[in-house]
Amino acid sequence: MSTSSMTMGPGALAELDTASTPPAPRRRAKREKERISGSAPMTRGERVRLVFGHIFVYIAALIFISPLIYAFFSALKPNQEIFAMPPTLVGSEIRWSNFADVFTYGPFLTYIGNSFFVSIAGTLVVLAVSTMAGYAFGRLRWKGRDAVFVLFLATLMVPAEVLVIPMFTVMQWFGWVDTYQALIFPFAFTAFGTFLMRQFFRGIPFELEEAARVDGAGPVRSFLQIVLPLSKSAVAVLAVFTFLSFWNSYLWPLIVTVDYAAHGTLPIGLATFSGITGTRWDLQMAAAIISMIPTTILVIALQKHLVKGISMAGLGGR
Amino acid sequence: MSIGTRTPRRGALARSESRQALGFVSPALAGLALFTIVPVVLSIVMGFFNWPTFGEKTFVGFDNYIKLFTDSPDFWPALRNTFVFAILYVPISVALSFLLALSLHSRIRGRGALRVLFFIPVVTPMVANVLVWKMMLQPQGLINGISQSWFGIELPNFLADPQWAMIMVVLMSVWAGLGYNMLIFSAALEQLPESTVEAARIDGAQGLRMIWSITVPLVSPSIFFASVMTMITSMQVFAQPQLLTGGGPGNSTQPIVQFIYNQGFKFQELGLAAAAAWILFAVIIAITAAQFSVQKKWVHYEH
Repeated sequence: MSTSSMTMGPGALAELDTASTPPAPRRRAKREKERISGSAPMTRGERVRLVFGHIFVYIAALIFISPLIYAFFSALKPNQEIFAMPPTLVGSEIRWSNFADVFTYGPFLTYIGNSFFVSIAGTLVVLAVSTMAGYAFGRLRWKGRDAVFVLFLATLMVPAEVLVIPMFTVMQWFGWVDTYQALIFPFAFTAFGTFLMRQFFRGIPFELEEAARVDGAGPVRSFLQIVLPLSKSAVAVLAVFTFLSFWNSYLWPLIVTVDYAAHGTLPIGLATFSGITGTRWDLQMAAAIISMIPTTILVIALQKHLVKGISMAGLGGR
Repeated sequence: MSIGTRTPRRGALARSESRQALGFVSPALAGLALFTIVPVVLSIVMGFFNWPTFGEKTFVGFDNYIKLFTDSPDFWPALRNTFVFAILYVPISVALSFLLALSLHSRIRGRGALRVLFFIPVVTPMVANVLVWKMMLQPQGLINGISQSWFGIELPNFLADPQWAMIMVVLMSVWAGLGYNMLIFSAALEQLPESTVEAARIDGAQGLRMIWSITVPLVSPSIFFASVMTMITSMQVFAQPQLLTGGGPGNSTQPIVQFIYNQGFKFQELGLAAAAAWILFAVIIAITAAQFSVQKKWVHYEH
């Protein structure tokens, strides 16, 4: 990435800034202290800037969210009014029944059920496998540990696009094409979870475990009763990101699912929705809004942990 | 597995720990072998075979690779489309999300709610996001509708116009992905070293000067991280063009992953698809390496 696109700046801007007379150093220092403590009587300039900051952010947020607002109101319109000229936000009537019709129009309930089943099962597999392996790599001593760990990390480099082609052939060998196993297992063993858990487990003081070991607890016991209970936040972060990646996964289910009506997940169902509904944009929008509800609830519930999770996990998501 | 090995000799303890470690790690190891290592090896092999989904496989050497570069009408356009997408998407997305994270600083009221709002498309199935945009971008849809009825300007048919289709794919993707990098930057901005910021402030740094000379260098590791990750994911773009434009008009928005998908699962040429996937992998590695090699010039790791 080049930074050259933004070189127009510091000099000219600095002049602008110093043009307003700065307050005396001591007063300024005092104000800064108050600013940190949060009490902060603001100067007029700061207040003006804060007001403009709010206006900017709120307008940006409104523009950003407008597609979803429009989608929501479109989901409440009669289908023939979606492309009315001039466009309207609210149709001639408000059809809440569209949201119910989604479920009778196609096997939408099956899609949602499949998505929940696959996402929850996949998350449980990932959590079990990653915490166990993370424990072996992070807290046990064994021959060849570091070499195997490097092998694990190396597999993180392989992109899904390289994997999906041969994975489909592997599924053929297993006779797993168009099954739930094929949706759950192939991407539940990535080294990412193991890596994340290992890093977290290493941060737990070894003394805690040693005390239990002296008292006669083996690795299984200290894993289940000491290390895991201390790692709830890391496990939660891994669970959320894993759930989301299963819930939103599109390419792999598209490849490995044949009978969409039986094993299709929500993204597949949404993508094929236009196929079966033709021009039913009203139902498509209702379906899209419905598909946003579980993940949005998840994000609102875990809002405080999100920033932490992202800085901890780095990647994840799709 | 036994619980509680009582007062064993040191060698026995180590042996038992090794055995138990094997128990802990074997599910992960087996899964990784079966679902990553076997497929990787298989994929390399497939690249050298004419490998239809069903039927006879024949060894063809480098023919698949040669065919891609010289004979396949969609391969170069797909590679080009992927580059165009990445070159437009990465800078816009990183810059906008940084701006957004800066704007959502600690004194903005309701910033928790705003963060959730910007994050909604990130966690929504991409298919749902695409459907919403597809509706808005129809010739009779919201955007052209507003333009025509408010300003009397007829806009082009965005998704059917070769010039506009890619721009719309980028625009839609920027919108959908904005919240993710925003959160990375928010996390970084919250961890700015207080002392450095204070020192700069007391020295009189303010506003844009502060942002450009202090904040950006301090969070440059995050910017670098976000650029690398965003670049990698943008090289793998699939759902947005596939669903928004179908890769069209013609093949003008078809990215390399859609090309791979089509070769493998529409035309049943798994060998050719595997070869194309390896080329994509090589390209991603090369770009990431290039990003790492220029990072010294602008990423600061001093604190």
